[in-house]
This record gives sequence, structure tokens and C-alpha cells, in this order.
Amino acid sequence: MPMQAQLDRRAAVAALLKNRKDTLVVSGLGSPTYDLHSVGDHDGNFYLWGAMGGAALIGLGLAQAQPEKRVLALTGDGEQLMGIGGMATIGVARPRNLDIVVIDNQHFGETGMQASHTGRGVDLTAIAAACGFVGTATLRTLEEVERLARQLVEPSDGPRLFVIKVLAENPPRSLPSRDAVFIKNRFRAHLGFAAA
Amino acid sequence: MHPPQPNPEAHASDDWPSELYRILKAADVRQMSYVPDAGHSQLIRLFSADRDVTTNVLTTEEEGVAIAAGAWLGGQRSVLLMQSSGVGNCINMLSLSAIGRFPLLMLVTMRGEWAEFNPWQVPMSRATQPSLEAIGLKVMRAETAEDLVETVESAAALAYDSDQQIAVLIGQRLIGKKKW
Repeated sequence: MPMQAQLDRRAAVAALLKNRKDTLVVSGLGSPTYDLHSVGDHDGNFYLWGAMGGAALIGLGLAQAQPEKRVLALTGDGEQLMGIGGMATIGVARPRNLDIVVIDNQHFGETGMQASHTGRGVDLTAIAAACGFVGTATLRTLEEVERLARQLVEPSDGPRLFVIKVLAENPPRSLPSRDAVFIKNRFRAHLGFAAA
Repeated sequence: MHPPQPNPEAHASDDWPSELYRILKAADVRQMSYVPDAGHSQLIRLFSADRDVTTNVLTTEEEGVAIAAGAWLGGQRSVLLMQSSGVGNCINMLSLSAIGRFPLLMLVTMRGEWAEFNPWQVPMSRATQPSLEAIGLKVMRAETAEDLVETVESAAALAYDSDQQIAVLIGQRLIGKKKW
């Protein structure tokens, strides 16, 4: 019987991004987008409000375009499950600067807390390892997340995926702009690209 | 094994994949992603042999829509290759391109419309243009090699310079009958 997750998702994400340096972050729709915003809005954040399954792959395109920057796709178990084939694509592409962190509450939190696959035996870290990711781990404590945060800003030989098991609860929403054009242009300006 | 080379002397009618490669390179495309189609095979070989272009083979076509958005966020232009059956896989992910006004150029080889032997290709073939238009893409179409080259050149400018989301449908008549 797997142990019950105790970690608060907001505390986990705050610890994860405390020293993000110039890491670029793409967040998956629903709670990960609110979590990312709750830590503090940032020009290097791209928040998804839809396009379910796309967070890690937006991260891939970004990582390939910006090989000198670290890129983090911060998403949830439901979002990553929908983009599960993308783990094979990322494994083959083998970007050295892309990490996926799954904030895993084992539920579809946005739609009524229905149980997801990850609480029923599906292990995203095992899938990532089988796809050729060079680092994978499942984390359950704040101390482990703090260690991971230090690891994430260091160079890697290839993509990594980390699952952080968190309590299934919906903290108060922290809402970033839903204007994707604004967020896109702000993100690009942050990297030095002028708006057309 | 020699890497494939575009043939600068070839006429568009017999070597349109080389022409498309030349146009896309001139448009500064730096990423290409694809689910294979026989009609795209030469273009896939040309890009795959190009060290200045990052190439991603996809498990499903909508991954390429997301990759193209990420590439643009990072300052690079991307092109996505697929056959018409793959368009159906893309629809919800195209919300991202549409609502974010991300430049998007998809080159779609048509199946199920001309001398098609496989009836399973027909329903999605019929749905390709209406479903793309329903989600907000501009659809352009070419039936001859000359027209295709001009269309892709124009589509690339519209996509990358005017932030449009474009699918160019390449008629099955132009690709030719699948050999069995």
C-alpha cells in the first residue's frame, strides 16, 4: 500500500522555484498554473489555460530554441498523462536543458477530484526512464524538493522527470493572465525578442 | 551513405520537395517535426540531414503544434509535417496556436481523395479542411508542384511575419498513387 502523500503543493512549488535563477518555466493547465503564479508572476513564465498534454512539448520546443537556458515544464499528473506519448518524443530528442516536474496529487483536481491513473499503479518516472530520460525520481518530502531545486539549475546530460507526490486538495486559486498573446509577447521580450 | 542534397537545377515539377526545403530554409526555419508520410519522405530526409535544423519525430501530430509554440517562445521558427489523418489528432492543441496567435505552418499531405485504395483514409480526408477552419486556421491548397512551391512561400510569410496559423494541404493528385 503506497503511503499517503502529506506534502502541500504550494509549499513544494515554492521550494522548487525559490532559486530558479534564469530558468524558463511552462506550466500545465489547472493547478500547476495557479501554483506557478502563486510563487510570484515572472516574465519567464508561460502559463497554459488549455492545450492539455502540451506543457512538456512546449518545453521541448523552447529548450531546443534556447539551449543555453534551463527549461522547466511544471505540470500535473492528468496533464502529463494526456501527453504521455510526448515522453517518447522528448526521450528521442534528448534535450540537455529540459526537466519535467509533475505535481502529482493522483487526481483530476480541476474537475471534481476524480482519481487519476497515478494513484492506481501508473508510474510516470518508470515510463520516463523507459523513454530514455537520464534522471527520474519520486519525491515525498520538502527536504527532497529542496535538494531537487538545487539539482535543477545544474547542467544535465539529457531530459529528467521528477514526480512530487502532494496532498489532493485545491488551495485558493492564484490566477495569472489568461491573455496568451500578452503572456507570449512578455515571455519573448524577456528573452530579447521584439514584438512584431 | 551520402546525405540527400537538394538539386538546385531541378524543375519544381519534378523536385518540389527540394524547392520546399529551399523555401523553408530561406524563411529561417530552425525546427521541423513530423509524423511520417510517404509524400513527405524526401523533405524529411533533407531536414534530418541538416545540422542547423532540429528535427523531432512525433508519436502523434499535436505534439508538433506544442513544439512549434515553444520554439516561437524561444525565438525560432518551426514547421510541422503530417498527413491528413493526423489533422484530427491536432484539433484541441490548435487552441494554443489560435488563442496565443503563435505562428504555425503545417504542411499536410492529403490522403483519401484521389485514387485512394484505403477507405479508412476517406472520413478524415473529408474532415480535414472543415475541422482546421473550424478551429481557426487558414487553409491553403495546392494541386500542382508549381502552385505548391508558391503557396508554401506565401504561407511561410503569412505565418512567420504576420503571426498566422496556416495549413497547406498538398493534394493527393500531386503526391501520386501509393505503390503496393
